[in-house]
Amino acid sequence: MNWELIFGQIKWTSFVFAGMIENPSLSEAIASGAGSIAVLGALATVVLLTVKGWWVPLWRDWLTSIDHKKVGIMYIAIALVMFARAVIEAALMRAQQLSATDSGGFLSADHFGQLFSTHGTIMIFFVAMPFITGLMNYVMPLQIGARDVSFPLLNAISLMLTMAGAILIMVSLVVGQFSTGGWSAYPPFTGIEFSPGEGVDYWIWAVSLGSIGSTLTGLNFAVTIYKKRCPGMTLFRMPLFTWTTLCTSILMIFAMAPLTAATAMLALDRYAGFHFFTNGDGGNMMNYANLFWLFGHPEVYILILPAFGVWSEVVATFSSKRIYGYTSLVYATMCIAVLSFAVWLHHFFTMGQSANVNAMFGIATMVIGVPTGVKVYDWLLTMVGGRIRFTTPMLFHINFLLTFILGGMTGVLLANPGIDFQVHNTLFLVAHFHNMIIPGVLFGMFAAVQFWFPKMFGFRLHEGLGRASFWCFAPGFLLAFFPLYWLGLMGATRRTYMWTDPDYLPWLALAMAGAALILAGFALMVAQIVVSVRQRAQLAAPLGDPWDGRALEWSIPSPPPEWNFAVLPQVTARDAFYEAKKAGTAYRSPAAYADIEVPRNTATAPLIGLFACAWAFGLVWHIWWLVVVSFVLIWAVVIARSFQTDTEETVPAATVKAANEAFLAAARATPGVSREREMTSDNRGRALPEGLEGRAGPASPGAAVEVLP
Amino acid sequence: MLIVIVPMFVALPLVLWRYRRGGKGTYRPDWEFNWGLELLIWGVPVALVVALGTALWRQTILGDPYRALGPDPLVVEVVSLDWKFLFLYPEQGVATLDLLALPEDRPVTLKLTSGTVMQSFIIPRLAGQIYAMAGMQTQLNLIADEAGDFVGRNTQYNGLGFATQSFTTRVLSPDDFERWVETTKAQGTALDAAGYAGLLPPSVVSEPVLYGQFTPGLFDQVMAGFAPGMFHRGTNHTDMSERHGAAGMAAAPAPHQGHDHTPEAAQ
Amino acid sequence: MSLSERLHPGLNLAGTDPESHVAAEEVLFGFWIFLMSDLVLFAVLFATYAAMSVQGIAEGPGPAQVFDLTAAFLETLLLLLSSFAFGFAMLEMKYRESRRGVLAWLLVTGVLGAAFVGMELHDYYVMITQHAAPPQASGFLSAYYLLTGTHALHVSSGLVWMAIMAIQVTVIGLNTPVKLRLMRLALFWHMLDVVWIGIFTFVYLFGVAS
Repeated sequence: MNWELIFGQIKWTSFVFAGMIENPSLSEAIASGAGSIAVLGALATVVLLTVKGWWVPLWRDWLTSIDHKKVGIMYIAIALVMFARAVIEAALMRAQQLSATDSGGFLSADHFGQLFSTHGTIMIFFVAMPFITGLMNYVMPLQIGARDVSFPLLNAISLMLTMAGAILIMVSLVVGQFSTGGWSAYPPFTGIEFSPGEGVDYWIWAVSLGSIGSTLTGLNFAVTIYKKRCPGMTLFRMPLFTWTTLCTSILMIFAMAPLTAATAMLALDRYAGFHFFTNGDGGNMMNYANLFWLFGHPEVYILILPAFGVWSEVVATFSSKRIYGYTSLVYATMCIAVLSFAVWLHHFFTMGQSANVNAMFGIATMVIGVPTGVKVYDWLLTMVGGRIRFTTPMLFHINFLLTFILGGMTGVLLANPGIDFQVHNTLFLVAHFHNMIIPGVLFGMFAAVQFWFPKMFGFRLHEGLGRASFWCFAPGFLLAFFPLYWLGLMGATRRTYMWTDPDYLPWLALAMAGAALILAGFALMVAQIVVSVRQRAQLAAPLGDPWDGRALEWSIPSPPPEWNFAVLPQVTARDAFYEAKKAGTAYRSPAAYADIEVPRNTATAPLIGLFACAWAFGLVWHIWWLVVVSFVLIWAVVIARSFQTDTEETVPAATVKAANEAFLAAARATPGVSREREMTSDNRGRALPEGLEGRAGPASPGAAVEVLP
Repeated sequence: MLIVIVPMFVALPLVLWRYRRGGKGTYRPDWEFNWGLELLIWGVPVALVVALGTALWRQTILGDPYRALGPDPLVVEVVSLDWKFLFLYPEQGVATLDLLALPEDRPVTLKLTSGTVMQSFIIPRLAGQIYAMAGMQTQLNLIADEAGDFVGRNTQYNGLGFATQSFTTRVLSPDDFERWVETTKAQGTALDAAGYAGLLPPSVVSEPVLYGQFTPGLFDQVMAGFAPGMFHRGTNHTDMSERHGAAGMAAAPAPHQGHDHTPEAAQ
Repeated sequence: MSLSERLHPGLNLAGTDPESHVAAEEVLFGFWIFLMSDLVLFAVLFATYAAMSVQGIAEGPGPAQVFDLTAAFLETLLLLLSSFAFGFAMLEMKYRESRRGVLAWLLVTGVLGAAFVGMELHDYYVMITQHAAPPQASGFLSAYYLLTGTHALHVSSGLVWMAIMAIQVTVIGLNTPVKLRLMRLALFWHMLDVVWIGIFTFVYLFGVAS
């Protein structure tokens, strides 16, 4: 019996627990512990689903759904689960570095290498990307007055491909090792000669799945924004979050292809003996560096732009004021998107190209600072003339303005090749990009969750716990990363599992304390969600507008019906819903209702995701039968789907009318809540607009919304 | 740069205080634009980038690691290995492992290549980083103006021994340097191709190793081992600027740099 | 709402099938964007080839030694003719709504496309067996096989797609979804022509000339 035909290169020693048995040590115990958590977590989920009888609802209402709102929520769920893993890995690494000054620490060098590689890979591809994608999925169609994205099934397929990649990375905790090549996986180190085994293959296929998913997402969202805006929603009436979504989508369309190409070439090098990035035989790793960062730098903006969009929404809403410099912000966003393709070389000033080339890219990098600076001051000016409420999202925003501008300053320093020569590959760089990504992207997403959670689920999040988590996250970030700037200047290199210099110790201790605070913040955030679910009756805001919102998503019930808008809205200005509230035309009944076509649920996407995951797993372990079978199955599913004709169902006008009129009647009958009472149980989601409290009697039911032909 | 940062730190608390709900600021919910402010927030950063950009250009040209820092540089060839550095002194005919001895105040030209994966070479107190890549040559020029021991290391992760891959840079007075060369020569051990092959398996060197002599042209052989075809082609490309041109094409498979800078030619 | 005659670049169905014409707008626009991202992929592969074909030859053979210009020219003719044939299939679909016409021209397209892939595989075979030029021989050859191989894979998946469309035309008939799929396949097929023109010029002509 040739077991290799069946199991490929998997052996019993591939399982993480074998390492613990063969070679017991603390490092192996931690690896086994992590593997156990992955296995037990999966088992616990299975048990929970079985005991509660949730398998059917999970399949019927979620996995097979192609509703953009559910797809969005699933993306965010993936992001939060993966965040839990990657943030714990970060704390482990800090603890290792702190403990390793006069001994080897408790992690082996190899285990540490896997930790920084999975931490980076997960945080970028399976936390930040799904987080922003999920948010754009949920919010963007609502903001442009659409019933769904242009290609809902494709959207679900993107989700399932991303999920397949995330599952693959989780599997690597249990079966085999992960790459030690970092999130950027530079060859030749990640070539087969220097990294034999399955580690790099896990990286390649997990990232490739995510990358293909993101390409399709970008395409889908760009088409949606171009083609599915409701009547009257001209480009320059779109909310800023939608604008940033558009720019991010365009970046995704262009930037993911170089990554796909780079991972494909690396895979060909490793699997088939090609010579793209090998040492010798004409291979050249410099090509990899160019391809990877041709993706990698726009990727930074793919992540930060949606967060910028969130900040624009948050600051306008919680200042109860129009955004300052809307046009300016739009052009700044577009400048950033275009310039992001002109700076990739600053990731390798040290590769030996001429000074002129370095200077060129250094200056291009600085130039990006201009539109970014403009945006920061636009947000500040938005607050001028407002009535600012210090809610949790607003606290995150204020923290963002102060810390991001410092990170921007270190970015301008790093743009200078002369300085980069000194601090490249040190903790200074690590501190810089965490300084941009954590207060910018991650806290932006946290603020977005606080902001849009009531829209998604119909009840607000507990404000006190939200603030508590903010007061852990914000100082936690400062403590964890500002010492790293200093350590970097002292010469501490990144990806280093131990140093012998005792001068580093106090700074490492500070960073460790920061990491602990961040963990506490995350724990509080989880607690906040749990408590809020329990208290959902007091926190309920089903009428859809808990924050005195401005864009269209606040004009519909929370959570919104499957069809989003009973009648497609007609827009005549920016901040359409706020203007309607101001004019007293909000919550009016439409003249007539029509049938609505909604896509039926389908098993297509989850099946594709399942087979894609199996395909990638087969590739990692060289299980060729699995590779062939799952590849055929993926396409069989696609082809079978193309023969299905009955893919939509009709919601009758009467059903839509009943639901919508009930909502409108409730909204009109409910007295609005003023901003003082925003965080009390009085807030059912009907807002008295700031400054218009006197005028807001019960809204009249007259028809104001035009019905479309 | 503080021009951009300080206003935020000053203005933000003031704005937050004045325009907080219940604060003294006038509520103007429809205020959204002002040309003066607009010119300011675009104009100041643009002016700043013009100023900083000009300075950056000059500094970058001046700080180009390829720019020779004076006549008659000491040439040291550096081969990065897992997890150690081999230094070859063609002029002196000696070689070391993990010890870079340099004379004070004399320009030094380091020529780097890798015998293994890509590494990033740095001596923080003396010079910035440059990558060392197999089959290719990069360059770093420096002058040490102070005697003493300085740490140098690789900053690009290259496996288990990465954390400990550092070496001592020993800057000596010219006389001491001469003496050091003589002592090293007297050591008697020689480094030939076979000896080099013995260095290839990954290992950490605890104490520097000194070689009294080495096979001439070893550095070229190391590069040629990865790019044999390249090595014979285009033998006339000796102009530095030609080789270190396009983006990311550092010293594109460098043709026989060493031949033009034999000790005789350099003297 | 007045409808533009041309909602999207390429063949439009206005005049003959207004309902499909309206439905085409979003779908076809989306497919154009997909083609754009696919072209970015090819652009990256071209750039890689441009670098590797000069610097990645190492000890292996150079472009002039391994390319057969005659074969490449014949392949070009086959692929261009197949695109031409697809054009007729689309005209049959638009003006005659004739299943048999569409199927006949799809068959011609498919045969020409398959011949193209066959010839290319034969090229590979000759290169590997007679010129000792497999992709493992050098960076240049790796880049060559990846670029042309990606194109060949696209053509092959286009052929599979075409076969499925033939079945759908037979079984389902020329309804709106099938028409829109044929229109997208047509765009895909023509794009592959454009890419091949690039390959023929930059890989084969430049390679043999250098």
